[in-house]
Amino acid sequence: MEREPLRCELSFSRPTDDTLLIRLRGSWRIGQELPSADEVRKQFRSDSRVKRLAFDTKELTGWDSALLACLVKVRDLSLENNIDLDTDGLPGGVKRLLSLASSVPEKKDTRAQAIPEPFLSRVGTKTVQFVVSAGEMLAFIGEAFVAFVKFLGGRARYRRSDLFLVIQQCGAEALPIVSLISILVGLILAFIGAVQLRMFGAQIYVANLVGIAMVRVMGAVMAAIIMAGRTGAAFAAELGTMQVNEEIDALRTLGISPMEFLVLPRMLALALMMPLLCLYSDLMGILGGLVVGVTMLDLNPVVYFNQTRAAVSLNHFWVGLFHSVVFGVLVALAGCLRGMQCGRSASAVGEAATSAVVTAIVSIVVATAIITFVCNVIGI
Amino acid sequence: MKNTRTIGVQGQAARSEPHITVHDLTMAYGSFVVMRDLNFTINRGDIFIIMGGSGCGKSTLMKIMVGLKEPAKGKVFYDGVSFWEVDPMERDRIMRHVGILYQAGALWSSMTLAENVALPLEQYTDLTPSQIREVASLKLSLVGLAGFEDFYPSEISGGMRKRAALARAMALDPDILFFDEPSAGLDPVSGHLLDELILELRESLGATVIVVTHELASIFAVGNNSIFLDPETKTMIASGDPHRLLVESRDPRVRNFLTRGGAVGEMKRGGRRDHE
Repeated sequence: MEREPLRCELSFSRPTDDTLLIRLRGSWRIGQELPSADEVRKQFRSDSRVKRLAFDTKELTGWDSALLACLVKVRDLSLENNIDLDTDGLPGGVKRLLSLASSVPEKKDTRAQAIPEPFLSRVGTKTVQFVVSAGEMLAFIGEAFVAFVKFLGGRARYRRSDLFLVIQQCGAEALPIVSLISILVGLILAFIGAVQLRMFGAQIYVANLVGIAMVRVMGAVMAAIIMAGRTGAAFAAELGTMQVNEEIDALRTLGISPMEFLVLPRMLALALMMPLLCLYSDLMGILGGLVVGVTMLDLNPVVYFNQTRAAVSLNHFWVGLFHSVVFGVLVALAGCLRGMQCGRSASAVGEAATSAVVTAIVSIVVATAIITFVCNVIGI
Repeated sequence: MKNTRTIGVQGQAARSEPHITVHDLTMAYGSFVVMRDLNFTINRGDIFIIMGGSGCGKSTLMKIMVGLKEPAKGKVFYDGVSFWEVDPMERDRIMRHVGILYQAGALWSSMTLAENVALPLEQYTDLTPSQIREVASLKLSLVGLAGFEDFYPSEISGGMRKRAALARAMALDPDILFFDEPSAGLDPVSGHLLDELILELRESLGATVIVVTHELASIFAVGNNSIFLDPETKTMIASGDPHRLLVESRDPRVRNFLTRGGAVGEMKRGGRRDHE
């Protein structure tokens, strides 16, 4: 029957006046409760006559890196106190590993500086970073615009098949999720409206509320937010991975502009598909409103549709479509910008995807506010 | 070994005509200097090795030479034209004569092998789609990948990816071929086959080949000229034929590197004496 391993222990004895003998007992393995090297420090402090440190390991039943880590600390302590370390008593393997751990001295300047950066310095660094990042963003928008102008002139280098593939990915393949979200948004709007309007007996105006909200802004916004999370992140991850794999370098050295070859098709595809998705989202939202109108408010479906048709003007429709084109370009730009800026590691790809979604959603909200304000000012 | 001797002879013959010159080059990331004062000339037809330990800046030097990173200081000349001082259009024109094999292949993952090889042809030649397909198949067959035209990079092995990337690098029959760590991640046999392929290509295309590597087997198998980058002094500390450096260099850092800390050196020197 296997013997129960001894609990690891550290004890001291003084064979001569100037020698401290450390006796190691039991199994020194990671995961066990280990004695601290501070006990050795206490021994050094209590008696300054110690000039030599030796080991007795006759009762050591097992060891791994746990013992070695403790011995490295003991070695450092003996160096600090100018005490000779006699390792003869240690097992051969431990001796070799200990000498290996001591063979290359520690580089002092490699550790991260623990000194905190002054507040003003941090503000300055962040400001410079912000200015640089704003400059990069503007440069990217400029390059994207130049690529678009080249496309209009028929001089842009890209593959048509890539454009159609991206159109399919960000158009038809997005329909199921756009349907679900838009119907739910229509339902929510109608619910909220119904509760309030029923108090005045004006349930029929739920159709106006849902229709105008969806067509003028909510359809475009919801489609854009879905595309930011779905396609914008995918663009960033795809381009980021290409950056990591040096695929973008390979394009550049061939003299092919990544802006034309990679960014342009994505931008065109989203700018083309977003208005269609927006229209689809409008219809789905109105359908969601209709469900609430018919089931909760006992409205006739035909009456509901007629009311919606009367409420939604062409102005609302064009404003909604304009929103969607702007959002399409913004989502594509945010995704491609973050993808092209991606670092050369796996974590950088994740950061690029996250950053693309955040940038796109912030841009969508800011653009919505600006467009709404301008529409108010010019009276449409 | 036969190939090595042939290269050596041709390398000597071509030695009079400089193809690429690097003058007083300093490379840096922000304020951190990677290497400074690099001066060397690569002659037409050389198989030139850029060697040094891991992280010494070999790949960064290659990036500067192929236009992916701007030098902090200094110049790179292609046939006497200062690469970083001409306009980007001219740089693109120069790069059209350069093929690059990246460390991990860098094949475009959304395209098949044939499409990868065909893209440079589509962009820069007037060939019809069927002709392009034929040329792409030919290039793939030259690297032993006939029949793999419709495979995607993710569907083939690392060694095959490297060979496919080589087929793409030589799609436009370049005058200059850059190889970044060609044998990295390959088993010894695949690495040796790739070295053989480099020699074959150098012989048949007559191209100037620049190989960035720290693999001793590749260095001695293909190189006829080289520089050694030292990360401690942040500059090049040796240049010339690697076989000659092995025998003649008195610098312990170069000797240490070329003899793999001493162990391999005697074997190599023995091999070379036998060969000679």
